[in-house]
Amino acid sequence: MTTETASSVPAPQEPEKTGAPREAKSPRALAWTRRRHSAARFWREYRTHRAGVFGLVALVLIALAAVCAPLLVGADAQSVTAAPGEAMESPSGEFPLGTDQFGRDLLALLVWGARISLTVGLLAAFLSVAIGTVVGITAGHFRGWYATVIMRVTDWFLVMPTLVLAIALASVLDRSVWTVILAIGVTTWPTTARLVRAQTLAVESRPYIERAQALGGGHGHIMARHVLPNVMPLVLAQTTLVISSAILTEATLAFLGLGDPTVVSWGGLLQDAREAGAVSAGDWWYLAPPGIAIAAVALAFTLCGRAVESVLNPRLGVSR
Amino acid sequence: MTASERNPAAILAAEAEAKDAASGGPAGPAGPRGRGPRARDTTAYLQYVAGKLGGALVSMFAVLVTSFFLFRLIPGDPVKQMTGGRRVSSEQLDAMRTEFGLDQPVWKQFTDYCGNVLTGDFGTSYQFHTPVMDKITAALGPTLWLTGTAYVLYTVIGIWLGTRTAWRNGRFGDRFHTGLALTLYSVPSFWLGLLLIITFSVGVGPLPGMFPTGGMESGDESGFGYVVDVAHHMVLPVVTLVAVGYAQTLLVMRSSLLDEMGSDYLTTARAKGLRDDLVRRRHAVPNALLPTVTLMFVNLGTVVAGAILVETVFSWPGLGGLFYQALSVPDLPLVQGLFFVFATAVILMNTVADVIYPLLDPRVGR
Repeated sequence: MTTETASSVPAPQEPEKTGAPREAKSPRALAWTRRRHSAARFWREYRTHRAGVFGLVALVLIALAAVCAPLLVGADAQSVTAAPGEAMESPSGEFPLGTDQFGRDLLALLVWGARISLTVGLLAAFLSVAIGTVVGITAGHFRGWYATVIMRVTDWFLVMPTLVLAIALASVLDRSVWTVILAIGVTTWPTTARLVRAQTLAVESRPYIERAQALGGGHGHIMARHVLPNVMPLVLAQTTLVISSAILTEATLAFLGLGDPTVVSWGGLLQDAREAGAVSAGDWWYLAPPGIAIAAVALAFTLCGRAVESVLNPRLGVSR
Repeated sequence: MTASERNPAAILAAEAEAKDAASGGPAGPAGPRGRGPRARDTTAYLQYVAGKLGGALVSMFAVLVTSFFLFRLIPGDPVKQMTGGRRVSSEQLDAMRTEFGLDQPVWKQFTDYCGNVLTGDFGTSYQFHTPVMDKITAALGPTLWLTGTAYVLYTVIGIWLGTRTAWRNGRFGDRFHTGLALTLYSVPSFWLGLLLIITFSVGVGPLPGMFPTGGMESGDESGFGYVVDVAHHMVLPVVTLVAVGYAQTLLVMRSSLLDEMGSDYLTTARAKGLRDDLVRRRHAVPNALLPTVTLMFVNLGTVVAGAILVETVFSWPGLGGLFYQALSVPDLPLVQGLFFVFATAVILMNTVADVIYPLLDPRVGR
């Protein structure tokens, strides 16, 4: 464990300030107070991770730009016919990043591209983590042959070359944003499933699960009310890390021409640049910005993920 | 190699750690973990190996099924694609269907396919009209040469830098290298490749083009000149692969060495009066290498498939570039064959890792 970070993290067991108005609160209200306090504690510790805060700020800025894209650059930025400039103009005062082969402003396209890259990255990651969590909890909760079968399927997906499978899926289905989301989500869940299963096994060995069973709690109750809340922190950290790799995979698929041809994404911009001959012409200003954008977002999510991980599990997080 | 392929190994390492943490013990690396039969027990070990081999065979069959049925879903009539829009009579189309066995029922095609694969026959490429096996063996050499070189380099660099950064953690060098590795880890490999081509092959500003833009050879050299020529072509793709690849090894090595560093046995070693250097090399690093070894094998499996993007960008005549070419046709037998080869390589290497690991770390015996 690093001395630097260890000393900057406040002791996790700070005295709770739930004491004062405790008398006439319903269990639900109590639960909410508890949750609010633990969220506040989480934030206090997260704040001490400089890289994590940096990643979070970067993400908020990029997300704002993506949401406000119609206001910032106008809705017609993607239009080929209403292009404002000449084809392949170098960066200038009017077009800070130059123009593409249709004369469209590259800066505007970059801002628009953030929408697709972020949307696909987020949705694909949520799909992947959702499948992984359900499979992981199921495989960890149930015993017997079906658990074995589920884990075999998971292991089998785990050994498949992920990118090859995603490329194959994306090329088999129609070209659309949903295809890309599906291809990434369906191929990347097994790692989450393995992690969640390990955590589920650990949770289920605790006495309060036995108590819940003795009181008549069914499988659904135990999985949803007892196991799920306990694996959620792990799932949260995993989601942030999966998003960053999903964004990279999205860019890869779009670059290979497997994305939706009707929308602008960062990977698609790189493909356009390559097809326009930007490489042999040495037009680095066309190629550089989309790649930097992809790397920046992926890095920001990775930094957040590492920070979340180390707040939730100091022993695991600081060292990684 | 791209992000999605880099992930699993790190997760496996994380999973092991999560298990450690979850089992509640501050067990640390030397903690008691001996559940199940001891790996040294020969019969138990053989049973374990047999189990792993059986699992691998099941996986291989699943790959066979997937590679056959998944690519049937590709829209479009392969025969029409082959003729490329030229005017062909329906008799000729039928003749081609018979030639490639496409007129048979699907189940018949599948059993034929399984039988053929077992004898090393992946069919005939729609695109090149040569046996798929020939195309694959021809492309295998360049791929292994390229990705193998990159693999050795990034493993060595990753372990070395991981050791250095962990040993001096928190200092400037540690923060610099960890930050750099995380950044390169987030960079799309194909983009880095394109930028390198622009900068060093095409040339930017005063910088002349120093390296070839793609391919493996110029074609006019022989003997020693040929070797130099190929090496010259390899520089940029290898740099790309190493740059995006070493980060993971570095991070895993760094984290496992950091875990070891609080251990009592290192204090003992220092108390004996060993030099810092010896404590690191003889005591800490050998123990910390274990998770990295797992990662090395997992990566080794992806060596074959790992460079689809980089090979495409650099027009390298390897398996990855071939896969991309085959997909764009779509050249069904070639895609199926390559998919099978890629998946088999990963399964094989994972099985090797599973089999060797208990020998390296007796605590692991399932």
